[in-house]
This record gives sequence, structure tokens and C-alpha cells, in this order.
Amino acid sequence: MKKELRGMNARVKKLRAQSETTTPKISIERARLVTEAYKQHQGKVSIPVLRARTFKHMMENKTICINEDELVVGERGEGPQQAPNYPELCCHTLEDMDIMDKREKISFAVTEKVLEVQKKEIIPYWQGKSIRDLIFNEMTEEWMECYAAGIFTEFMEQRAPGHTVGDDKIFKKGFLEIKEEIKGELDGLDFMSDPEAYEKQEELKAMDLSADGIMIFAERHGKKAMELSRKEVDPKRKKELERIADIAFHVPKYAPRTFHEALQAYWFVHLGVITELNTWDAFSPGRLDQHLEPFYTKEIEAGTLTREEAKELLQCFWIKFNNQPAPPKVGITLQESGTYTDFANINVGGLKVDGSDGVNEASYLLLEVIDEMRLLQPSTNIQVSKKTPNGFIKKAGEIIRKGWGQPSIFNTDAVIGELLRQGKTIEDARCGGNSGCVETGAFGKESYILTGYFNLTKILEITLHNGVDPRTEKMIGLKTGSPKDFNDFDQLMEAFKTQLNYFIDIKIRGNHLIEKLYANYMPAPFLSTVIDDCIKKAKDYNAGGARYNTNYIQGVGIGTITDSLSAIKYHVFDQKKYSMDKLLDVLNKNFENQEPMRQFLLNKTPRYGNDDDYADSIMTQVFNSFYEAVNGRPTMRGGTYRINMLPTTCHVYFGSVIGATAEGRRGGLPLSEGISPVQGSDRNGPTAVIKSASKMDHLKTGGTLLNQKFTPQMMESDESLDHLTYLIRSYFKLDGHHIQFNVVDAKTLRKAQEKPEEHRDLIVRVAGYSDYFNNLNKSLQDEIIARTEQKMI
Amino acid sequence: MKKGIVFNIQKYSLHDGPGIRTTIFLKGCPLKCLWCHNPESIRVDREISYSKNLCISCGECMKACPVDAVKLHREESILDREVCIKAGECAEVCPTNALEIVGKEMTVDEVVKEIEKDKVFYQESGGGVTFSGGEPLMQWEFVYEIAKVCKEQGIHTAIDTSGHVKWEAIDQVRKVIDLFLYDVKHLDTDRHMEMTGVSNLRILENLERLAYLKEKVYVRIPIIPGMNDEEDHLRALGKWIASMGLKEVMLLPYHKTGMDKYERIGWKYQIPDVPEPRDEEMQRMKKKFQEEGITVKIGG
Repeated sequence: MKKELRGMNARVKKLRAQSETTTPKISIERARLVTEAYKQHQGKVSIPVLRARTFKHMMENKTICINEDELVVGERGEGPQQAPNYPELCCHTLEDMDIMDKREKISFAVTEKVLEVQKKEIIPYWQGKSIRDLIFNEMTEEWMECYAAGIFTEFMEQRAPGHTVGDDKIFKKGFLEIKEEIKGELDGLDFMSDPEAYEKQEELKAMDLSADGIMIFAERHGKKAMELSRKEVDPKRKKELERIADIAFHVPKYAPRTFHEALQAYWFVHLGVITELNTWDAFSPGRLDQHLEPFYTKEIEAGTLTREEAKELLQCFWIKFNNQPAPPKVGITLQESGTYTDFANINVGGLKVDGSDGVNEASYLLLEVIDEMRLLQPSTNIQVSKKTPNGFIKKAGEIIRKGWGQPSIFNTDAVIGELLRQGKTIEDARCGGNSGCVETGAFGKESYILTGYFNLTKILEITLHNGVDPRTEKMIGLKTGSPKDFNDFDQLMEAFKTQLNYFIDIKIRGNHLIEKLYANYMPAPFLSTVIDDCIKKAKDYNAGGARYNTNYIQGVGIGTITDSLSAIKYHVFDQKKYSMDKLLDVLNKNFENQEPMRQFLLNKTPRYGNDDDYADSIMTQVFNSFYEAVNGRPTMRGGTYRINMLPTTCHVYFGSVIGATAEGRRGGLPLSEGISPVQGSDRNGPTAVIKSASKMDHLKTGGTLLNQKFTPQMMESDESLDHLTYLIRSYFKLDGHHIQFNVVDAKTLRKAQEKPEEHRDLIVRVAGYSDYFNNLNKSLQDEIIARTEQKMI
Repeated sequence: MKKGIVFNIQKYSLHDGPGIRTTIFLKGCPLKCLWCHNPESIRVDREISYSKNLCISCGECMKACPVDAVKLHREESILDREVCIKAGECAEVCPTNALEIVGKEMTVDEVVKEIEKDKVFYQESGGGVTFSGGEPLMQWEFVYEIAKVCKEQGIHTAIDTSGHVKWEAIDQVRKVIDLFLYDVKHLDTDRHMEMTGVSNLRILENLERLAYLKEKVYVRIPIIPGMNDEEDHLRALGKWIASMGLKEVMLLPYHKTGMDKYERIGWKYQIPDVPEPRDEEMQRMKKKFQEEGITVKIGG
């Protein structure tokens, strides 16, 4: 057999370097086009049609960019690393723009010209009218107080709902066919007896217009490629440009016929979705290996594509994701998600729709691409079912041990279990998977929106202060009694649950309103064309058009609250070592002059993460309380509320608003991340962590996140990859949802903190995604260093 | 209910037999090997271990000690081991676990419960439980009881032994032990005596009997430079092992990681000047054994 060439070729190296070295900057073009369209159409047409005309206007007029030597084309901004703003969602002030430009981390260059346009054209039109303005105007005072206190965050205050993933239809259908479907529905509208016929008509018209928009956008790329090819002197590149033109004239109007067309078709749709609105988690191609496999096999057999060519195309495709930084965030949204990553996440492996093993040739090819590209975006994961061969997991392990945090590992059987529990069909469940960090969804058929992080530990703090937030001394909770009067631990837990339910009510009431605002004012007709059953229901994605609609609230800091409660239970109620009075007094003073007591609490408390039922049963109590408070509540789009356990970077922000906690944590420091134990508290090795984490009923969630840190020495040998496989298999047998490994030693991280300039390429796992260590703020860097290094004894 | 003295239970143990294992460290050992990296395991009764670097000089230990064996001196606790009665109160109150009790009395049920916790990992990896020490067979009835329950539950059992026990103990536990990790330090009795404080006669004889009975045995040889790594000795050792029909050997290079444990329990480290063997030397030794048709692994 011919030895396969390894590594990137010159073209890919060049494109990758361009992607990596270009400074992110703001592109004002989109904001201008949106403003133009609104000025022209607002008030004259229905809102869905207004949104569709706006989308089409952008597709007709935005700058077409074809980078030198690239094979897959199209950018969201005017060029690589350019992020537009979305004034209809969040109209940035000039001060916001200045902060974006100057901030140390996650900055975006803002030119004088951009600032000028923002000042003269954008702000005058949008100020006070953006969704963000509407939200903050409409929210109750109690909601605003909770938001300011850091009880919860709000995902939709400056980004749109999205949290969905494409399925195979993008690879099997063209937009002419989609337009036919829309026409069919339009023709079938019953204006005589359906009271919603008008709304349906407007939505279908909007979808149809946006389908036109995406085809125009593709054609414009075709024309641009032709134009470039006419000028091109290099005959090889000339041919490539001709091919790009052919492809762009064909897809996404028609279904793709080749591997190259398939990638380009998806990419146009991807750009459409993320240009229409600033959707959370961008958009993702879902089970990419399964979507590509038919094209790959057909072309390899026909001899029209070699493995190397397929790989090169995939690598060009990868770079397109990396060229799109998440649009600039400000305020608390920046704190909960401080990263350039836009969370597109590619699934590899898993099962096929008929339940058989989904690993194919393209899966291994994708692993190779992930390994060689070593890019932050797209995020990648492998889906492991009991049918997945061990060899595939080991192959992924070879990449994981290189230490840059990809791919992450999901339990397909648990993911399917979660989807089935929520009422999906077995087929829809098998075609689902994970996106964003760890979120479970039925790809192409579900809107699974994260609505905000929820600060579980803060609720305990407020409970311990009888409804008062000690940071602001404001009464924002309920009077559930002074903890000094509690006779036992159960009373404390009861009070906690009462407070928890109270704050969840406030959060959900706010969510209801926001959902309505998006349904009424910010429909997404283009996204609606690719998610079932929006067309059939003639209903927008943001109004409940998807087949399944789920809203999530994400619990943060389960490790910290568990240990904190465990410390109170153990030392105050069981051992009676400290009185509640004494403990609260010491916590209020942030352990000042009480180092021995702090150490005692740190070291002599039963801690979560050690397979110790004393602590772990408290974790399950907290988890179940959270689950019961949220799960099953109705959403305003006809869906259901569920819980997730993940933090992105929110555990740092949430920690910053909480004073000292009873397990010895000083005030203001980060909370535990995901469902991982508190940093440094797991002292019995990885099997104990896995056992503790699996006591949570993962199938009741739509995603949990467990990070494990290993030293590189632990991953050196071939045997260690077997051990890794066994750990993964064991965790998944126990229904664990997701596990990820950070393979880097604390020493390296400390060095990188001291000399960032020498460690620009150091990528680490944060929480459900990877990022450059240099991109993280100091407290998050410290937190990652503190996470337990599982050392060999 | 049978009880024993356990000084550590190590989860995710990867070097004491196949797969992912839990190693039960039992206290007490008849040998006193110069290089022992678990010195806290040698005495049968419990120890108070003191890690100076963790001490925050809060003085809680002084207040708690019933016999005034702890003094605070220049910001560190000084434990007078002559006066100490190992009551352990100091360790109970020590906020940082600088003071710790080594050796805990546990019942068979308690130990089994700990072993069972990682059953799913044993099943996935082909792992199980390993008894180590100290010399686990000093508490052979305890080991037998635990291993018997493990076997009933389908958990693979291994024992890491010096072999310096009466044959009856080995003969009893072999009914419930799947794999012997059997340490051999030296073939020469006098040299063995110098290195470990005991004769090797019983050790060699017991190994021959195990081999004769076709028990599954991995011979483990700690390589201590200047003591047992001479070419002649290793060649003789290889021939002898092969002659018994044993096929697996593990060479364990001497390491100094146990050194600070000596200080913690108030002992003096005997061989601070012995170097750790170099990798290429280990490879050379590995070849010697391979020449006898033996499968060799460096490390556990």
C-alpha cells in the first residue's frame, strides 16, 4: 500500500497561517446593509418578510471574498477574521466599540471608518430599538436585580437563539427543491377557515425570499471566481477558480454531486445562518463523516478524487470555520463566554439511523484532519457507542494526548437515551448528537436553546443569609429563616429548594418574555428553511417551527455547592465542630485570621469527586432539586424546559460574585467547572472522579461536562491509550454523557503565564471547548492550573 | 469479623498486574530492604507521619496531644517519637493533614466495599485487586477472606509478595489468588541477608513450589545498582527462573521517590548515594532475561 502523505500541503499551510495571524476586526458592512433594508421596508411589509428582505439585501450586496489559493469560498465578514455586528440585536455604543478595540483579551480592531459609520448611521437608527433594549425595558425589577447579582445570565440579550445543527438535507437537497416545498405549503393554505393562514403565508413568503437570497449569494461567488480566473496567469489556479465558479453556480441551488460541492453547499448555508442573525453556537454540519461518506466513496471508486485531495478540501473547509471569530460580546455575556470560539462542533462516529456503527472511512479521514489542523475552530468530538470499535477511540486518543483538548468524547448511547426520554423518535435520536460544548440535540429537527447559566452556589449563599445577597446587602430572595435556627441539614436543604424554585421562576418568567420578543420581532426565515418542520408548519424557527423545541437552563458549580453543603453538614450538624454562627461569621469575614479553620474545612470535609457517598449524595440532592425546579416546565414555543450542566467560562464570573464558601474557598475565586470536582479536591484518582460524576443521572439532562487533567507522562505509552479507552468505556457504561482530557502539566502552564510570548501556540481545554491559553484572562488561567493533575503513584 | 491493618488503598493502579486495579496496601513486613519505598509499611502497628512542608504551625496538635509529645519550635511542630504513644489525636485536629496516622484497622467487609467500587473498571480493562504492602501475607487470613469474596464476585485477584512467609499461608491463599507478583532480590543468601535483613532460603523454596504447582507467577526483581545488578547474578537468575518454567519477569528499577517518607516517620534513609539505574542499563539487563526465553517488562 502506498504510504500516505502526512501533514498539510503548502496551500493549506498558507491559508492556515492567514487564518491564525490575521487580527480579528469589526466589519461594519452588515450593520449598514441591515439598516438600509430596515429603512426601506420597515412598516411596509410583515416582520418575517422584513427579515427576509433584509437577509436578501445582505446576500445581494455584501462583499464577496475569495482568498488566494482557497478551494472552499465565502466569508461572513469582508475577509478572514472579520466579525460583523448585529445592531438589531445589540446596538454597540461608541464606548463599547472602544472597549472592544482596546481590551486585553478577545479584542476586535475598530477602525476610524467603522466608528464613523457606527456613530452616524447605525446608532441613530438602532439606539433604543434593538432586542437588547427591548429586553432590558421589559424585564421586571426583580429580574434585573437577579441579573445584576449574578444569579443567572441571559443568552439572548445580545445574541439570537440558534443552538441547532444541520442534518443530511443540506447534502441531499438544493434550494430549488426547498422552494418547491415552500410553494406546496403556500398553495395549500386555507384562507377560508385557518385563522393563522395570513401569518403562515407571510412566514412562507419570507422563507422563499431567503432561499432566493442564498442562491444569489452563491452565484455572486461564481461570478467573482470567473472574474478572478480571467485575470489569473497561473494555469493551475485558473482551473481551480473555474471549478469554484462551476460549483458556486450549482450549489446550493441544486443538491451537491461531488465531495467538493458537498462541502461548499454546507458552507454557503452555514454563512447564511450566521449572517442572518448572530446565533449562539453558530451552526454545525452535524454528523459530517456520515454526510460525506457517500460522496467520498463514490468519487474514490470512480477515480475522480484521491484521499489526499479529499483531505486538502477538508482542511480548506476547516480553515473557513476558523476564519469566523464569534462576533464581539460585551458585558456579562462576554464574561460568561469570553472566547473567539463560535462553538461550531463537528461530530464524528456514533451510530447510523438504522442503529448500526457509524464509523466509516471518512471518520478516520476527519480524525487526521483534526490532528493536522490543530485549530480552535471548528470544535470536534467523537461519538462513542457500545458498537464503536476500540481502535477508533485509540486513534482519537493519539490526538487527545497531544494536549490541545480535541476531540472531546461523547457517549452516543446516553445521548440517544436523553433524546428518547424527551420524546424524540429513535430515528431522530440516532441522527442527533452534540453541539456547542456538550449540548444534545436532534440534528436538523430541534431548536435546543440555552437560555442562561444558573448560579447554584449563589442560591446557597442567599439561603444562608435568609434571602439577602451579602455582596450588595439587598434583599433579593425569600425569607426562608435564619440558618442559626435550623436544627438539621434537611431544614437547610428545604430552605435552599424554596429559594431555588423562587429564582428559577424569575428566570423562566423572563425567558417567556424574551421568547415572545424573538418570535414576534426577530424571526429567522433562512434558518427555518433548513430545520424540519418549519416549512411544513409554516412557522418560524424562533416561533416554535422546529419539530422539537427545548429550552435549557445550565447549572453551574455543582462541585462547589456540594462541597460547601458537605462542609456544613459534616462540621456543623454531624461533628458539631463549629456552630452555624461561627461558620457564617468566618465566611462573612472571608476567613480573615482564620487560616487553620479554612485549612481544616478544605482538608477535612468529605468532598465530591472521591467516590464518597457522603458528599456524592449531597451532589445528587442538589442536582435533583435543580432538575425538579426546571424540568418539564412549558416554553412559550410549545416546547419543554430541561437542564444542562456546563459553564463555558461562567464559573469564573459566577465565582466572582460569591463570598467565601464553607469548603474553604475564598471569596471571589472561580467555582468548579462543569460537573468536575472542585479544583484539587479529588484525591483518589480518575476512577473515583468518574464514579462520583456518574451518580448524577445524566439521562435526565441534555448534557454534562466532565474535564479530567492528565500529565503528559500518563499518556506516553501505547498501553496508556488502552487505559484511556477503558476509562471512557467505564464512564459510558455508567451513563456518563461526556468526558474530555487536558493533557498538559501545570509547570508548562505556569511558564506560559509568565512568558506568554513564548507560548502563543499553547491550546488548552477550557470547558467544552479549547482556547489559546493566552486568550484566557488571569483568573481562568489560574483556575485551569488548579484543576487536579491526576498523577501516577 | 476478621480485621486487618491497611495503610493505603490505591485506586487506578496500573502497575500491579493487568488492567485497571485497586491495590490494597497491608501493614507489616518481615523484611527490611535497604531501598524500601514504603518504609511506613514495615512495622505492624500504626505510625504517625509528619510532613513538615504542610505544617502551618497553628499549634492545634500541641493542644490535642494527651502526652505532650508535640512541641512548637521555630514555626514547626516537633514530634518527640520517644514520648509519642501514637494516640493520633494530633492527626485528627491537624488542619492540613501534615500529621497523619498511617495504618487503619479495617474489616473484611470494609475493604471489600472499597474494592467493589471500581468493579466497572476491572470489567472493562481486565483488571482487579492486588494485595501489596508491606508483606500482605503477614495478614494472610485477612487476605484470604477478602480475596475469597472477590473471587466469588468474579474480580481478578493478585498478590505482591516477598515470599518470606510459611508455605501454609501461600498454600491457603493460592486457592483464591489468580496471580502472584513474586519478588526475588538475590540468589545468594548472604547478599540477600545484607540487602533485606533476612535469609532467602524460604523465599526461593516457596517460589519453586508455586512454579511446580503451575500457579501463575510474575517474578519481580528490583534492580538496585551495586547490590544485585551484576551480569553473573542476573544470568544465573534468568536461568533459574526459566528452569522452573516461569515465563514472565518484571525488572523494577530502583528509584528514590520513597526517600522523604523516611523523614516523615522519623527514620533515616540507608542508601542515599545509590544511583537510579540508567535506561540503557535496564535495556541491557532486559536482554539477558530475554535470552532465556522470558518475557520481560521494565516497570510493573
